[in-house]
Amino acid sequence: MTRPANSGGKLLFLTYSMVVLLSCLFAPFVKAQVREEEVPSDDPVIEQRLTSLSRELRCLQCQNQTLADSPAGLAADLRREIRIQMKAGKSDQEIIAFLTQRYGDFILYKPRVTYTTYLLWFGPFVLLVGGLYLLFYYIKQRRDLIIEKPLSADEHRRAEELLASLPGKETT
Amino acid sequence: MLRYLIPLVIFIVLAVFLAIGLTRDPHELKSVLINKPAPTFHLQQLKAPDETISNEDMRGKVWLLNVWASWCVACRDEHPYLIEYAKSGVVPIYGLNYKDRREDALATLEELGDPYTASAVDFDGRVGIDYGVYGAPETYIIDQAGMIRYKHVGPMMPDVWKDKILPVVQELNRQGAAK
Repeated sequence: MTRPANSGGKLLFLTYSMVVLLSCLFAPFVKAQVREEEVPSDDPVIEQRLTSLSRELRCLQCQNQTLADSPAGLAADLRREIRIQMKAGKSDQEIIAFLTQRYGDFILYKPRVTYTTYLLWFGPFVLLVGGLYLLFYYIKQRRDLIIEKPLSADEHRRAEELLASLPGKETT
Repeated sequence: MLRYLIPLVIFIVLAVFLAIGLTRDPHELKSVLINKPAPTFHLQQLKAPDETISNEDMRGKVWLLNVWASWCVACRDEHPYLIEYAKSGVVPIYGLNYKDRREDALATLEELGDPYTASAVDFDGRVGIDYGVYGAPETYIIDQAGMIRYKHVGPMMPDVWKDKILPVVQELNRQGAAK
């Protein structure tokens, strides 16, 4: 529920963090948010659908949790809303549309394929293909470099001399 | 030379992108409701429980909808400023009392003062869902035609008021006067 003021600078952020920390200290005195008990639906099919759907949705308060896992008040509200809509006969697609119209695509854990997410979806494959190309290019280049050249007569003679000069070695 | 330069360039590009990423607040989500009609609500008024309030009542003027609650700590931070903004008379501020208890909400206004022209009671947070509320305080600027023009998430501190809210409100008022 609390976050730093976005354009207030470091000082404001620090003050803000202090306020948040202090408010944790005094948490018992802070008035509570209205929290109704979450009532599961009596229809097991709806609960099943809710579980699988809410695993694909993000809790906007605790952004690294799914709507299924989050204990945040907003997540409970959204689960309640999803139950109501399922009971009213809405399909999963309709419910997802309802949520994205209000909270945007950010609520989807699995991003949609749109022009803004092409890089996200296809970037890794582009990197893979690029990497493979570079790898093969590199290997090919190396292979070209290590083509064996026969020794010239002069080089052959020098090699023989060097070998012959080694002590204790048999020479051919 | 090139073989040393390429990793350096890659490193610099990566570092720049990561540095930009650090300055951004991941909690700040762009509202999808900007330039869309403000969702309709008909809610009980906080101070006059027998009367209802609707966004339709504010047709024809620019107004702010401020989502607040007595349990919301950051709302207390912005509260004294809200009173100042309301006093300046630039734009009326309406409250959306979000998931609160009536007695707590009234006690807060009693204690800190009431900047709101009126507050609507969103007891179960259902209207909050329609507005895409995910963390109080949030403030929406709604224009004469009932369209959402701007949304600020987090306390509306003086710099936000001066740099973000006022310019939008003034521009909308200017456009409204020109019509």
